[in-house]
Amino acid sequence: MIYQDSRTLLAVRDLRASVNGIEILKGMNLTVRSGEVHAIMGPNGSGKSTFAKVLAGHPSYAVSGGEVLFDGSDLLGLAAEARARAGVFLGFQYPIEIPGVANSQFLRLAYNTIQAERGEDELDPLEFDDLVREKMKSLEMNPEFLARSVNEGFSGGEKKRNEILQMALLEPKLAILDETDSGLDIDALRIVAGGVNQLSGKDNAIVLVTHYQRLLNYIVPDYVHVMEAGRILKTGGKELALELEARGYDWVAADSKANASLSA
Amino acid sequence: MNTAPTKSYLDSLLPGRPAASPLDWLNELRAHAVERVGALTVPSTRDEDWRFTDISPLTKLTFQPAQGAQPLNPAALERWIIGEAAARLVFVDGIYAPQHSFNHAGITVENFAAGLDRHKAAAQAQLGRHAAFESNAFAALNTAFLHDGALILVPRGLAAAAPVHLLFIATRKHAANYPRCLVVAEPGSALTLVEDYVALQDEAYFTNAVTEIVLAGDAQLHHVKVQREGAEAFHIANCAVSLAQSSRYHSVSVALGARISRHNLGVRLAAEGAECSIDGLALIGAKQLADTHTLIDHAQPQCSSRQLHKCIVDGTAHAVFNGNIMVRAGAQRTDSSQSSRNLLLSAKARVDTKPQLEIFADDVKCAHGATVGQLDLDEVFYLKSRGLSDTAARNLLTYAFGAEIIERIPVASLRDRLEKAVMAQTQAPAPGAARPA
Repeated sequence: MIYQDSRTLLAVRDLRASVNGIEILKGMNLTVRSGEVHAIMGPNGSGKSTFAKVLAGHPSYAVSGGEVLFDGSDLLGLAAEARARAGVFLGFQYPIEIPGVANSQFLRLAYNTIQAERGEDELDPLEFDDLVREKMKSLEMNPEFLARSVNEGFSGGEKKRNEILQMALLEPKLAILDETDSGLDIDALRIVAGGVNQLSGKDNAIVLVTHYQRLLNYIVPDYVHVMEAGRILKTGGKELALELEARGYDWVAADSKANASLSA
Repeated sequence: MNTAPTKSYLDSLLPGRPAASPLDWLNELRAHAVERVGALTVPSTRDEDWRFTDISPLTKLTFQPAQGAQPLNPAALERWIIGEAAARLVFVDGIYAPQHSFNHAGITVENFAAGLDRHKAAAQAQLGRHAAFESNAFAALNTAFLHDGALILVPRGLAAAAPVHLLFIATRKHAANYPRCLVVAEPGSALTLVEDYVALQDEAYFTNAVTEIVLAGDAQLHHVKVQREGAEAFHIANCAVSLAQSSRYHSVSVALGARISRHNLGVRLAAEGAECSIDGLALIGAKQLADTHTLIDHAQPQCSSRQLHKCIVDGTAHAVFNGNIMVRAGAQRTDSSQSSRNLLLSAKARVDTKPQLEIFADDVKCAHGATVGQLDLDEVFYLKSRGLSDTAARNLLTYAFGAEIIERIPVASLRDRLEKAVMAQTQAPAPGAARPA
């Protein structure tokens, strides 16, 4: 929701980034204020997922220009773990499986790391168990997933729920959810979206990276951005997503070109 | 090439053999083994089977069997006690220690001294019949010293609920220890066995163990071998398993200790419907060398085998895995999978892995593969993106890599303790790095 006078959480200016020497982000600009929900849409290869990973600090991506301020401070100078501790959360498109680490152990380690950073109490296994079961209930997750290895053998939907469970535990200021809707059936989509909506509030912000308008029926964005070739070409309200659904992406690029030649 | 020095080295190990037994067949077995020791030489890296494992440091030292039992304070054993065990046999420097042993498992678990005579038929029929020593110098040497050892007989149809714990403790430097086990499981029986090698000192000694396991039809054995020998120890173990119809053998071997260790495990699927799972973990660092050689022999149709072997190698340590799967002519409908996965934690760590499939039947399903690598960048990033420090993330992933094997150990207290040991070993902080919270 758009609030008057809310503070700027994320300010991305002319961000450029490359992987293996190939530039993917070519001058990305985005401002996100607390309380807002943004959707970044765009065709495959437009750089949406790269943008999400660059914000979270994935080591495979080299930033070659521009700046990112998070809550007023430089984000790009921080290591991935420092970004997480500062309140940036990336919901992975493909959550990693970690055989041998119990999900409960992983969740508690992450939770306590963030708690310690915030100067809050860490929880012992029993206390944490109560907390995590409560959170799982709202995501309709079977508590059996606590004893299993992290994401191992989880279905696509279960992995995504586990991501949202982590978000619920870590309570980030900024959650970037990368294709959280992919691979979900309609029931799972409803549950995951419900979880995200519960977590969305006045003091945090959510950036949804998605390919399809479908998710936006459940999580209503304040802004919809269209990415193409490493930049945001067009920004609109939630109705833009419906237009994209009806017309595809090509017209956005064509419009943008036309505008560019007009202004030239 | 002059092989005389290594040959005389084996001879130098022969003194101190046990006195003649009242059992003629045992004396004959020993004599035959002594003869083989005389004919064989210590293997060198010129032998294909020892290509990557240079055992010559062993031959620079002399070892003698311990004479007379070393008294041991029961408190010294405390850290190795398995609370769930229904029977425990303790051997100190290879010598049976009755005061630390007990058996209320309801099955035969006893030292050879009394057991071989009492259970003549099984002992004579099986002992020395499975761990071939004709061309294996170390198995021959063990057999030449056959004296104390664990005899385990599980009667027909009996499923022993609690595990049997065999604890081999090394206390003396320059001792040669010859642990020996014979397990015979009668039809339809079931057992969990823990074979555990530990040390109370860190100087050089030599453990040369032989284990023979015979499973009758429909019998089942969970076999856990834990090798946590002293830092300068030499550990050589030969284990031979024979599986009858529809029997099931599940093995988890964990190698943490010893300067140089070699584990030979041979499993013969000798009748239809037999199954085995063979899991292994070597977690080594510094200058350690851990070598695992396995042979899974599909001798008959419709048997299945599954193997996962993992090595975590740090420092300048060296891990070797050679996994041979043999599918003999006529062993149709064999179902076999094998995976060797290796994690190198330092630039000077080394792994030699060699999965080998030899298939002489045409209707079989066999899959095998090997990977050698460092920690996966995406896994590290995933954990860091949740706030874990680089060190904490790497430690957790290294631990997890090993824990996948440890968690297959069906004895909770041992599993927990080994998980903690692996956790401790994988959490040595990198120089200058802060310890994870």
